[in-house]
Amino acid sequence: MILSFFDQFTSPCLLGIPLILISMLFPTLLLPSPTSRWITNRLSALQLWLIHLTTKQLMLPLNKEGHKWALILVSLMALLLTTNLLGLLPYTFTPTTQLSMNMALAFPLWLATLLTGLRNQPTTSLGHLLPEGTPTPLIPALILIETTSLLIRPLALGVRLTANLTAGHLLIQLISTATTTLLPILPTLSALTTLILLLLTILEIAVAMIQAYVFVLLLSLYLQENI
Amino acid sequence: GPLSERRLMDVRLRELPAWLATCDFSLQGLLGGVQKAWSSYYDKYINVKRGGPAGISMLLAGYCLLSYGWNYQHISKISFLVSV
Repeated sequence: MILSFFDQFTSPCLLGIPLILISMLFPTLLLPSPTSRWITNRLSALQLWLIHLTTKQLMLPLNKEGHKWALILVSLMALLLTTNLLGLLPYTFTPTTQLSMNMALAFPLWLATLLTGLRNQPTTSLGHLLPEGTPTPLIPALILIETTSLLIRPLALGVRLTANLTAGHLLIQLISTATTTLLPILPTLSALTTLILLLLTILEIAVAMIQAYVFVLLLSLYLQENI
Repeated sequence: GPLSERRLMDVRLRELPAWLATCDFSLQGLLGGVQKAWSSYYDKYINVKRGGPAGISMLLAGYCLLSYGWNYQHISKISFLVSV
């Protein structure tokens, strides 16, 4: 009985064909590429404005070398935002609840920032392992701590996204189960749980957007240190 | 015009089997058909100067229905706590 609440996260399969690919490709339909026209439709205009806002925010703290990462970071942001928000529609499947997908996004990008730093400016990159002004006796311990913190970054990135979205979806399912079960028995309590469900849905929309932003922001921070 | 060059919406119901016989069912043909269908939907409902929320909402509603169809097998088996 308890296990059935996690069944919403099983990767859907139809006749043996994994459908996660279609869930991941659906956002491409919602993000039309700009044409050669000057004035396009309202959807493109809105999205262009949002993308400009995001790009400016992300690229402000980066130097000129870092601006080469603009395309991948902003497209990652668009992917995560759309997949997270689409997952809040009824019956849909959120591919970002799968740890495999989030690790596949986090690990290579983090590794890329690390290797860029180690290749182009190895001294500065290694220098980040020791914060300025540490007292001398603490240096060995702090280097160990900073190395661990560095190596745990991809895991943290992936698990943060997975856990936030999974927990949100699970809460929604639990509270809606409570609402429907209580409806014939205690209608006033059921109304209260409906209110909680409404507030939770608003929270989940916010969480979906914030988690996407945090993922990309942290990657840009790791990039800042290394480029 | 000739049957094979007409679009689906212009084909009469009794001509439908004949029209289907002239269709290209190779992978390229199917993908081309999907591409044409999407671009005609996009140009009619979304790619207009003063579009509203209707174009995208129809798309999202279709996606919800599709996901329901994919999950039906699984959903029909779940039985929640009923002994209260």
